Amino acid sequence: MEIKKAAMAGTLESSDAQVTVEPGNGTIELSIESSVIHQFGKQIKATILETLNRLDVKDAKVTVVDKGALDCTLKARVECAVYRSNDITENLPWGGVIK
Amino acid sequence: MKNAVGRDIPEEVLQACGKRPYAGAYARDGEAYKKAAPVVRGYVNPKRSKLVSSIREALEKCGIRDGMVLSFHHHFRDGDYVVNMVLEEAAAMGVKDITICASSLGAAHDPVADLIEQGIVTGIQSSGVRGRIGEAISHGKLKTPAIIRSHGGRVRAIEEGDVHIDIAFIGAPTSDEYGNARGVGGKSDCGVLSYSMVDAKYADHVVVITDCLVPAPNFPPSISMVDVDYVCVVDEIGNPARIVSNVVRMTKDVRELMMADYCTRIIAGSPYFKDGFSFQTGAGGASLAVNSMLRPIMEEKQIHMGFAIGGITKPICDLLEAGLVRNIVDAQDFDLGAIESIKRNPNHYEISTSEYADPMNKGAFVNQLDFVILGALEVDVDFNVNVVTGSDGIVRGAPGGHPDTSAGSNCSIIVAPLVRGRIPTICDRVVTVVTPGETVDVIVTDYGIAINPRRQDLIDAYKDSGLPLKTIEELRDIAYSIVGRPEQIQFDDQVVGIIESRDGTILDVVRKIRPYSFEE
Amino acid sequence: MSHPNKKRLRRSMMFLNCQKPGLIKDPYIYKPDSIMLDLEDAVAENQKDAARYSLFHALQEIDYRGVERVVRINGLDTPHWKEDIRVCVAGGADVIRIAKTECAQDVHTVEEHVLAAEKEFGRPEGSTLLMSALESCKGVLNALEVCKSSDRLIGIALSGGDYTKDLQTVITGTGVELQGARQHMIMAARAAGVQCWDTVFTNLDAMDVFEEEVKMIKMMGFDGKSLVNPRQIDIVHKVFTPTQKEIIFAEKVVKEIDEKKALGIGVFTVDGKMIDIAFYDGAQRTIALAKASGVYEGDL
Repeated sequence: MEIKKAAMAGTLESSDAQVTVEPGNGTIELSIESSVIHQFGKQIKATILETLNRLDVKDAKVTVVDKGALDCTLKARVECAVYRSNDITENLPWGGVIK
Repeated sequence: MKNAVGRDIPEEVLQACGKRPYAGAYARDGEAYKKAAPVVRGYVNPKRSKLVSSIREALEKCGIRDGMVLSFHHHFRDGDYVVNMVLEEAAAMGVKDITICASSLGAAHDPVADLIEQGIVTGIQSSGVRGRIGEAISHGKLKTPAIIRSHGGRVRAIEEGDVHIDIAFIGAPTSDEYGNARGVGGKSDCGVLSYSMVDAKYADHVVVITDCLVPAPNFPPSISMVDVDYVCVVDEIGNPARIVSNVVRMTKDVRELMMADYCTRIIAGSPYFKDGFSFQTGAGGASLAVNSMLRPIMEEKQIHMGFAIGGITKPICDLLEAGLVRNIVDAQDFDLGAIESIKRNPNHYEISTSEYADPMNKGAFVNQLDFVILGALEVDVDFNVNVVTGSDGIVRGAPGGHPDTSAGSNCSIIVAPLVRGRIPTICDRVVTVVTPGETVDVIVTDYGIAINPRRQDLIDAYKDSGLPLKTIEELRDIAYSIVGRPEQIQFDDQVVGIIESRDGTILDVVRKIRPYSFEE
Repeated sequence: MSHPNKKRLRRSMMFLNCQKPGLIKDPYIYKPDSIMLDLEDAVAENQKDAARYSLFHALQEIDYRGVERVVRINGLDTPHWKEDIRVCVAGGADVIRIAKTECAQDVHTVEEHVLAAEKEFGRPEGSTLLMSALESCKGVLNALEVCKSSDRLIGIALSGGDYTKDLQTVITGTGVELQGARQHMIMAARAAGVQCWDTVFTNLDAMDVFEEEVKMIKMMGFDGKSLVNPRQIDIVHKVFTPTQKEIIFAEKVVKEIDEKKALGIGVFTVDGKMIDIAFYDGAQRTIALAKASGVYEGDL
């Protein structure tokens, strides 16, 4: 999927993550800030990249500010931001690329 | 060299501090030693006054110079002004290379971090470190590794001469001109001065700092005039609003109440729950709630508590008033209710921290404890507990009396939620061992209760209790199934902190934190 | 054959805002019978989409440990409900709570979309249960037709806030404004053989008043209550747990009826009380409730 415009999802509350996607410069440019980075940095990064890959996002600037979110929340926030950047809110591929 | 909790203690650390590795909780039982002694200046001339007009004058008269060890207590908690006041003055006088030997350091002492940066403070020995001081330690800003000791361990270290205090500063809510000082009265009431008692006996110079000078004799004193060199009157020694909490509220959090209910059932169902039992709780939500939950059971079974001990709060004082607790032996007060109680109730006693928890005196209260309820940042599958380093590897906690009460009591209960945010409390290996697993008996979480396999007697006692018993490995697995398996925190090799066991052996070291790398 | 979970125990049904990860990650700790993951009022209008992603992954990835997962979807008068149904079914929600149900047709409309979604996402047809919230005078008056509208429908819940607005009054704390609706709904539910739940109680500083209300709705015949805070769960369960006296009596009734039936005796006394076959179902329900509450130690 193409990132058509900047979009954001999530909050800075505990157990949540705020994910921003913006049109990229040809690749995935990922920045992660997390309150649990010392113990979960690699897992957070892997989850974000997997989710982007599933959504076929290849060109984006992605910023994650994580407040101890579980993987299910990280995925939900990334998906929401990506679909928002495409203004899609209906007929989503539940169980398809969203899984 | 690997010690008895499986931690590798570098040889050079052992050599530098002249210590042995931890060899078991009771390894030094019965060992003989000669106590240290202070240098005392006689006070023969009755015309001389102990009063000094300023902190600077006190420092000058005590002969302050580079490299000295200055000691402080933390009875004023987050409201303390004394530490900053004294260190600012010492810094202004150009003194360098100071070691702070405090019973604890907290949020009130953030400015000390700047003095560490400037090389004015180069050593920290404390039973607790928080805020910016902890960050400074973990980033390797001290010249020598910080030494973290339990409350009992601090008294032992002073009495055995591991640390020699040059000048003790004792903030006191009231004092007379001769230095008879008390924890009650005045405008900065803190109830007791237990932590300072050892400092007064073992420091070369003792300065009482007060904001309320009272007529002599200020009796009965917590700190006696026979140990005090100077008395300094200042405007304010602390912020009363931060010294104590006004009201300790009963938690309404269902999760905490559930854990409190488990703790209560563990206590009531144990073989030690009988008339005359003894008990310590902390000030956390769940452990405070246990006080209230135990009450109806004690009333129904006509079981009275022989003594309650530790950080004292109103709920336990209420049980004293109600006749369900026979005595309170008090080494620290957390709220106004506790302070009111020690002023009024003849069965509420002030004790020294040595009486509370010193493992190398001839018998402390912790050894007579039946139950203690404690918290934890992390507990590992060997039941080792960490209450010092945070999930980011930075020093930000306090052993306090944790290792002392855990080692002394018949049944030590750790209560903590299984997961905080994404951080699992129960894990494979704690970052830092502060309380050894061999002294920890029961872990209570919101997902179930694990009893240390070393305590088969307790496992048998709760077999038919209906409590949600699990193994510690099961609890860890549940935690990991929710949050994932955590990575090891990335440290440099440099040792920045030493976790001393209460008996003075080395339990663990804290290493310098390294900026996180995704590649490693 | 109707769904095996249609009549499961539902004393406590706790609302949770789908948009709050901290709330939905482990509410099973509090042991409610059901959680109600809310896509409707708790979620701001501009976060409706975000809540669905959270819901989908929660349903798919969080082990709720046997707690029933109900999802409250947005009303049929909004642009959101169709996608809400798709995500509920795709995620595998146990029950969909239809907000603002006015008549049987509303249930049919939802049912149609649920069936389509079950086909689309390969879920067994009929696996998604439904419940209806009645939030208006019209809805309450149509309770019976709503209760009878679908085999998927497990029951009806009163939504007191909107209902009292429609009545042109407010929640007074006396309960007088809800009397008619409560009485009418429980009768309709029983007539149709479905369950019935009372409205939320939102004043968390008045736990004693809450307990009185729970006792009252239990006496009226309700199966349980919608809840807004975990602190309310234990109280509901305590009120709905049969006393030892009730359990022992129910046990005797069941055993005696079984025994006397074989002997051809229709009416007899237990503890001085006249008993016949009409008491059988009630006694069985008491035993079932005692079992579910974990207080039954007998052998029935």
